[in-house]
Amino acid sequence: MAKLNMVKALNLALFQEMERDGDVLVLGEDVGVDGGVFRVTDDLQRKYGSQRVIDSPLAEAAIIGTAVGMALYGLKPVCEIQFSGFAFQCFHQIENHCARYRMRSQGRFHVPMVIRMPYGGGVRALEHHSESEEQFYAHIPGLKMVVPSGPRNARALLAAAIRDPDPVIFFEAKSLYHAAKEEVPDESETLPIGRAQVAREGDALTLIAYGAMLRVALEAADVLRAEDGVAVEVIDLLTVSPLDRETLVTSVGKTGRAVVVHEAPRSFGPGAEIAASIMDGAFLSLEAPVRRVAAHDVPFVGFAREKANVPDVPRVVAAARETLAF
Amino acid sequence: MPRIALEPRFQVEYLSILDSDGNLDTALEPKLADKDLRSLYRAMLLGRRLDERMVRLQRQGRIGTFAPTKGQEASQLGSAFTLRPSDWMVPSFRETAAMIWRGWPIEKLLLFFAGHLEGGQPAPEQHDLPITIPVATQLPHAVGLAYAVQYRGDDVVVMAYFGDGATSEGDFHEALNFAGVWHVPIVFVCQNNQWAISVPLKKQTHSRTIAQKALAYGLPGIQVDGNDVLAVYAASREAVDRARAGDGPTLIECVTYRLGVHTTADDPTKYRTDEEVAMWERKDPLTRFRAYLEKRNLLEEGLEKAVDDEIAEAVRRFEATPPTDPLTMFDHVYAELPPDLQAQRDEMAARGQTPPAQPDATPTTGATPMRGQRLTRR
Repeated sequence: MAKLNMVKALNLALFQEMERDGDVLVLGEDVGVDGGVFRVTDDLQRKYGSQRVIDSPLAEAAIIGTAVGMALYGLKPVCEIQFSGFAFQCFHQIENHCARYRMRSQGRFHVPMVIRMPYGGGVRALEHHSESEEQFYAHIPGLKMVVPSGPRNARALLAAAIRDPDPVIFFEAKSLYHAAKEEVPDESETLPIGRAQVAREGDALTLIAYGAMLRVALEAADVLRAEDGVAVEVIDLLTVSPLDRETLVTSVGKTGRAVVVHEAPRSFGPGAEIAASIMDGAFLSLEAPVRRVAAHDVPFVGFAREKANVPDVPRVVAAARETLAF
Repeated sequence: MPRIALEPRFQVEYLSILDSDGNLDTALEPKLADKDLRSLYRAMLLGRRLDERMVRLQRQGRIGTFAPTKGQEASQLGSAFTLRPSDWMVPSFRETAAMIWRGWPIEKLLLFFAGHLEGGQPAPEQHDLPITIPVATQLPHAVGLAYAVQYRGDDVVVMAYFGDGATSEGDFHEALNFAGVWHVPIVFVCQNNQWAISVPLKKQTHSRTIAQKALAYGLPGIQVDGNDVLAVYAASREAVDRARAGDGPTLIECVTYRLGVHTTADDPTKYRTDEEVAMWERKDPLTRFRAYLEKRNLLEEGLEKAVDDEIAEAVRRFEATPPTDPLTMFDHVYAELPPDLQAQRDEMAARGQTPPAQPDATPTTGATPMRGQRLTRR
């Protein structure tokens, strides 16, 4: 058991999965000698060599495209796209091929690969280095879309993603990389993909978040307990798609109120699907409309204005109070 | 400071062995056994006759849109012929003749073009990827396969097909670049058929050849007469042997011509002249190879009928395919059905009114357009 930040925890997962399975290999820009620009792949090449930890040429489409070929041959590539904002250069390979090969080949092939991408704001970065694009991947049948919220679940979910027989998009919140340390067991562990967790129990309202927004939701719950005396239930999705509707519906069945928090722009974002799922499954329990606290429907605003765009604790608290008062 | 000439000091070769007038370069003539020559011709003829039959099936509404191969038989078979079954073939969408050579049953391809994904499923031990439609996007897959081959230390070569239009796509350049850097066992076969739908080669690239594009990535590139099956075979043999020996990738440009439509939704009279087509008809790959075999006394009696019978049998099997259950659309999305998708499946099952899909259930009123095609009536 060691206290690790998310970078070290992800690095541990990669070491353990590469040790466990000789078919697992890592490729991407700067993942070898440099250990990745965020150091998630640090020292892997030193241990496993440059054939297994590949410093690829700088081309996102070919990183994903060649990984598809490797996966079709039976390997389990773990790709790193340096920032999620650059993934549109390989989006066609993800949508046209990663997601569809099982269907296209009617089960003759599958694509057991993981695409890791740092996403999200809060690191005072340039355009294309701060956005949240999980909704694009969550919308694509055939993909799984995973977003851990802390070191321990990041390690467990990355191990699960690597072992998963289907392609997994794995979003890592840049603002969480060094945010906190957590006890991570030495022994390998996994968490089931497609299952949310109740991060805090409560009965007055359900706050639904994932990734970097989990901390915002938990802090908002603290404020609501301290200032309003209400117990808010907080759900950590962990997997955006396939969505764990059962956990959402069970919680809202109990609380009758829900607020969804995400960094992606609001319209057509995960919050819309979550709200619709709650309507489908818990309509008669609802005491108020499901609210969404999300980034505004604007392109990248520059980090000088980022705080006004990405959900923060006061916005979540305000939305929760309106929902409670409805 | 002087200006100093650096690399590239390269040359790009053009290879022709048997020209359209029947002249044979005996020094370059490959040493192929009689039975190999016969089976090559049979496969080319089968490709041609099937293609013509498929156009009729499409016009009758019995299959949907497809991309005919007519005119490109030598490019496809001269190259695919050099592969072992354990090698991998990565097609785009116009490789019907090569795919049949690789073991795809005719009825399966018909099923595919009739809208049934079952037709695109490679057999369990078949080392072929299914048809890939977005242009050039299969090329990185082929490079990845070749990387995996090298990683595992297998004695396998990968051959990937694409057209002249594909060489404008980023994926083509990225694939060649990765293949060069990784030095993987792959052969890129470009069927330069002169037209990417309505855009001629001179509007596609300012390069004198497509073959020379390989040189920028540090690979050998060769241009061959793509209507000369002996030349395509000789160039492919060399490239496959080189890949197998660990000497890296090759780009082969087969200069050929699409004698027919881009797809059955296309009307080429809109963009090219009858004279041009007639000029290329005189270079037909089957005519010259047939004359060559005739001279060597290798033509089989009644081959046309045998090939037509084989096609007719396959069409019968295709049309006798039992209807598929629409519920199977949920079978190959994930390894395990997530709960919500299971619910969607249950919902469909409960509706229970969905008519089973027939292999030939779509009587098309025209053809379905493909990749930017306007619907034309023919």
